[in-house]
Amino acid sequence: MPRYRDLTHTARPSDAPRVVDPKNPIRTTDPGALQMLKLIEERNIETVYDRVVAQQPQCAFGYKGICCRICIAGPCRVKKEDGPGSRGICGASAFTIVSRNLVRYIAGGTASHSEHARHILHTAHALVEGHADDYEIKSPAKLMKLAQDLGVATLDREEKEVLKDVVEIGYSDFGRYQDRPLAFLDAFLTEGRRRKFHHTNIMPRAIDGTVTELLAQTAMGVDSDPVNIIFGGLKAALADLGGEYIGTTLSDVLFGIPEPIVSEANLGVINPKMVNIAVHGHNPVLSEMVVAAARKMKAEAEKVGAEGINIVGICCTGNELLMREGVYLATSSASQEMAIMTGALDAMVVDIQCIYPSVQTVAECFHTKVVTTEAIMKIPGAQHIAFNTETAMEDAKKLIAIAIEAYKHRDPKKVSIPSERHKLVAGFSVEALTEIFSKINPDRPISVLTDAIQSGQIKGVALMAGCNNLKRLQDESHITVLKELVKNDVFVIATGCSSGAFAKFGLMSPLAVDTYAGEGLKSFIQTLEAANPELSTGLPLVFHVGSCVDNSRGIDLAMAMANELGVDVPKVPFVASAPEAMHEKAVAIGSWAVTMGLPVHVGSMPPVEGSDLVYGVTTQIAHDVFGGNFIFEVDPVLGAQKLLNALEYRTWKLKIHQKTAEKNSTAIAQGW
Amino acid sequence: MSMEDIYAGAIKDPSNQPKKLLRRVYDGTIIAMTYAEILLNRALKDFGSEQIIGYPDTAYHLPVITCLSGEKVTKLGELVPILNRMRNQIRTDLNFDNARLWGESVLYAAEIIETLNYLRGEEPKVKPWTGFLGDPIVRKHGIKMVDWTIPGVAVILGRAKDSQAAKKIVDNLMGKGFMIFLCDEVIEQLLEENVKIGEDYIAFPLGNFTQIIHAVNYAFRAGLAFGGIPAGERENHRDYQRRRIRAFVLNLGELDDVKLAASMGAIFMGFPVLTDQVLSDDMQIPDWYISEPDYEKIVPLALEVRGIKLTSVELPIPVNFGPAFEGETIRKGDTYVEFGGGRTTAFELVQMVGPENIVDGQVTVIGPDIDTVPEGTKLPLGIKIDIYGRKMQADFEGVFERRIHYFANYGEGVWHVAQRDLCWVRISKDARAKGFLMKHFGDLLIAKLKEEFPAIIDRVEVTIMLDQAAVDEGLVLARERYRARDDRMRSLTDESVEDFYSCLLCQSFAPNHVCIVTPERVGLCGAVSWLDAKASHEISPNGPNQPIPKGPAIDELKGMWHSTNEYLYKASNNTLEEVNLYTLMDRPMTSCGCFEAIMAIVPEANGLMITTREHSGMTPCGMTFSSLAGTCGGGMQTPGFMGIGRTYLLSKKFIPADGGLARIVWMPKELKEFLREDFVQRSIDEGLGADFIDKIADESVGSTVEEIIPFLEENGHPCFNLESLM
Repeated sequence: MPRYRDLTHTARPSDAPRVVDPKNPIRTTDPGALQMLKLIEERNIETVYDRVVAQQPQCAFGYKGICCRICIAGPCRVKKEDGPGSRGICGASAFTIVSRNLVRYIAGGTASHSEHARHILHTAHALVEGHADDYEIKSPAKLMKLAQDLGVATLDREEKEVLKDVVEIGYSDFGRYQDRPLAFLDAFLTEGRRRKFHHTNIMPRAIDGTVTELLAQTAMGVDSDPVNIIFGGLKAALADLGGEYIGTTLSDVLFGIPEPIVSEANLGVINPKMVNIAVHGHNPVLSEMVVAAARKMKAEAEKVGAEGINIVGICCTGNELLMREGVYLATSSASQEMAIMTGALDAMVVDIQCIYPSVQTVAECFHTKVVTTEAIMKIPGAQHIAFNTETAMEDAKKLIAIAIEAYKHRDPKKVSIPSERHKLVAGFSVEALTEIFSKINPDRPISVLTDAIQSGQIKGVALMAGCNNLKRLQDESHITVLKELVKNDVFVIATGCSSGAFAKFGLMSPLAVDTYAGEGLKSFIQTLEAANPELSTGLPLVFHVGSCVDNSRGIDLAMAMANELGVDVPKVPFVASAPEAMHEKAVAIGSWAVTMGLPVHVGSMPPVEGSDLVYGVTTQIAHDVFGGNFIFEVDPVLGAQKLLNALEYRTWKLKIHQKTAEKNSTAIAQGW
Repeated sequence: MSMEDIYAGAIKDPSNQPKKLLRRVYDGTIIAMTYAEILLNRALKDFGSEQIIGYPDTAYHLPVITCLSGEKVTKLGELVPILNRMRNQIRTDLNFDNARLWGESVLYAAEIIETLNYLRGEEPKVKPWTGFLGDPIVRKHGIKMVDWTIPGVAVILGRAKDSQAAKKIVDNLMGKGFMIFLCDEVIEQLLEENVKIGEDYIAFPLGNFTQIIHAVNYAFRAGLAFGGIPAGERENHRDYQRRRIRAFVLNLGELDDVKLAASMGAIFMGFPVLTDQVLSDDMQIPDWYISEPDYEKIVPLALEVRGIKLTSVELPIPVNFGPAFEGETIRKGDTYVEFGGGRTTAFELVQMVGPENIVDGQVTVIGPDIDTVPEGTKLPLGIKIDIYGRKMQADFEGVFERRIHYFANYGEGVWHVAQRDLCWVRISKDARAKGFLMKHFGDLLIAKLKEEFPAIIDRVEVTIMLDQAAVDEGLVLARERYRARDDRMRSLTDESVEDFYSCLLCQSFAPNHVCIVTPERVGLCGAVSWLDAKASHEISPNGPNQPIPKGPAIDELKGMWHSTNEYLYKASNNTLEEVNLYTLMDRPMTSCGCFEAIMAIVPEANGLMITTREHSGMTPCGMTFSSLAGTCGGGMQTPGFMGIGRTYLLSKKFIPADGGLARIVWMPKELKEFLREDFVQRSIDEGLGADFIDKIADESVGSTVEEIIPFLEENGHPCFNLESLM
């Protein structure tokens, strides 16, 4: 396990309360959402914030992970330290129950991300087969690079031929039965990680197979060895990363590699004079079409008296569109209901994941139409338009028509849009970041980043990610951790609803650099800006790298740094943080990030405290085996300090290893 | 007292076990066992069960397993039943008795995990990290560990509260002469503080995590190599560890389950574990798992609990001092000042003087001391040590003079090689920066001579000459004494003396081994000559070196005497009845384990070969030094194989019964160079000719019989004309 310089920072969390202010229903710090709650105070609409309060106190057995509901002899709880009460009916002890519950979260997360990936693959496949005329290969360069990484021949070949081979590999990654690694994972790993995963037998061979196997492994009466169960979970987590790679890379091929782009965020982007359509969920396949259709249907909107069509994003669908199209981000996960409560949202088109069933209940109070589009995602009372790649544009137009029709029924008395909106710069794919760095060092662009760390100008890199979790107030932890990190000169990249929080608070803007960045970070960003005069947008305080599948971009950057430094990931001064983790996907991402060799702070306690073994493996032993470890800390200031400590630990060790290698004229030690 | 008795009383009330600690140890055990199993089964899938496995440079296979259960594992598949047996001995009931078995299982798991790391090529490490320590290192330092020249062994794992604290602990232990094993971030802390660690300093930075097992497999090999305890005698090995290896473990920094489980492995071997963490009573076991958060107290407490009593004196010099620095090399670039070595005139001389000609404890430096010369200076050097003692004899002058080499090298930043007027000394920049002067060199010699030879030495005075004229003058005198001593040495032959001497020094760890040291046969360790033994006997009349009045011989040629047989029988605990001093083939001398070199017959060439501890390569008898050492160590008579001191080759009594020097058909190049001049002279004396040395094959000719025979034939090696060996 890593042992930090600050001796008070142990593997144990602080005593901070697990649920802050449990009776307070004002559970957000988002200024837009707060304004919204104030604006509609008298209307008495139930929101997620009320339901958090209503759920308190939450079940302590469940919270610690010692409630087993895997078979219907249960539910069983671990009630005592010794004797029959310390085990489930079948004899499963705490470490078995906790580890099984934990990895089933990973199975859920992996299934989710790979569902996203599967959808993109189907779309690409349809394109190759000539059944998806509304789509195109927007980035042939990304396709060729991807093909090379995967070992697909590119010389003198048509783009579609190459894409066909790439898609076939992607499909094989879902259902391979031979003992060969997942191609969309293996192709991107450092040599060190590849070996580690092979030796520890957690290299997945197929996404679907791994998830299924994990469910089978954790069924009643199968595996009771907590370490074996956790390794099964880690294999699934790596399959999740494979799924993310498919999602990110093929989205870039079909919709373009994100480049720096200006936009705005928070509820104030909802325009009272326009037809407002929120796209919510995670998948760009549909929403990209909606954006395209909206451009074509401006006239129809004008016919009903609107000035045009305003597409706004929520959650990761919002992030996907923000990154590539500069679409406004209305809000993020926990405040999704607020968008409807503006009274000016005409339709909410949703795909998959993180969509509260309650959006329909809230919509019932307004004219807003909620439309589901995916076969596996329906909401009682909401309309359903089945979305098909073959008829994508047609389907998208139907969705827009629903919004235009709804606009006619908008009640001006119910319209109350918060004024909160902030400018931002997003669109920082690894390609875009590399381009920026290359203006300083064209031969070794990543060395610009690693040199700045080694010279002490910046302290390292942090990937901030994850959801909202209302055990604390919405966005408070994201914002606090970020401010602490940038103040201490950490270069921060962000994804998902962490990005959403920063965007909504105006922290993703170049203006925030002066106010919040420490001197080192400030000068680093200024150096980058000075070398990139053609970049008219300026550079932000925190760099948006995409949606939650785009955490794959984050680990790509970490691996590029590892290769630049001539070490493996566990030695790179790079940390990750999910200050408000909530979804199963977050458990999967956090787990692969640890397995990839990163320290991962989680600001909401996962249900592992019921077993010291599981707690110890995740927070301590994982570091010995894989080089990464979880840091569970619900106090965001302390969480940030622990992250800084983790960066210091790595920089310290790396420096000593480099000095020692120099002194003895050897290669750098590979241990961590 | 049986091994299990030593834990009695640790748990006063068996119904009140330290549950919290035991639960974590249990959890750590499960983690280690499953991790080993996962790695093993993946490796089996990749390599198959017939895959050859093992550590580099060892004849003891996987030493933990060899020792404790006797399986000499060479193939991957053999690990499966072993790991399963160890998984199977884990009982869930939380008590101290079960916990020690969990600890044992964890030792196996770690050994298996590390073996797989080697199979995967994840090792070896880069300097100074060591990973597995090969047999040559065990043999080099192991003797001092088991005979307590090294007063104790500290295993430090984890991370100290800060780097300065880590340095303080390790400096302190090094100063006391400890052998140190390091694992995890304490290594980086020490590197940060520029503490000298690595093989050269007997402070081994093993690596991280399960690499701690390399301290364990080092310790276990001592029982096999020096204790002569057969493989698989689990209780005897544990007992040997407890009795001979004075080790303790410091587990620093935040604890984790696997480290706690590994700590229980140490307790299973009889070693206490101390931690700097504040622990409640249910996280401690009195005398075995102890919390001591005070850094000033933790080492003294560890010594106390492990029963280590230190006798060495504190030296009034500004640099660290101890065996840890014996292997330290001072490169040219690190040198502040240099003496001798052919660059300047230098000599060292010990001479016996009368009581009236000596001022006890006085150090006189003639010429400017080194604080007045610039960096990079080369100075002449004369070291004259006058000794007076009621029991002092002129014969001991040479014995004490050779001690200068050891004493000097124990100083951190002081480097000494060769002897007499060939000596070569360097003082490092670091040592100078700490204030080291040549005066301190004198202080050091006086303190150590008095400490080690109190029975002989009553007064010591040292004169250090740094002035050319003084050195030139002193050298004339010194050369006279050397000549006189050489004449005396030439007159000392096996025939000319009345007594031989025994050496039982190694019986502390090789209980049945008996060395018989004669004027013409140096002890097999190379360190005890007949004169050394005689001096040692003067120092402690009841000590390990006893005179054996020679009396009439039974067989002059083979070298058998009534008196030596009689002595041998008793001293070998009635296990050996007869010994021949001058032959390899018939009831030869036994070998303890500390031999400098090994001779073995090569029947195809009708000769014998010699390999050295330093030579790690293969030899024509099909075994490396390590494997050979494994076959003839431990106090057994093994005709055809024998451990010897290097210089025995130059003796007129070098296996005369077997034909002497002419039998040698192979030896490493390095040994040839080491002995060349004297060897050539001996060859001429024996009528073999000056070019005999070149007729002997070495590794450049080949390392198999097939490769060397044509060479021997071509060069007309005499071996083929000798009487048949067998």
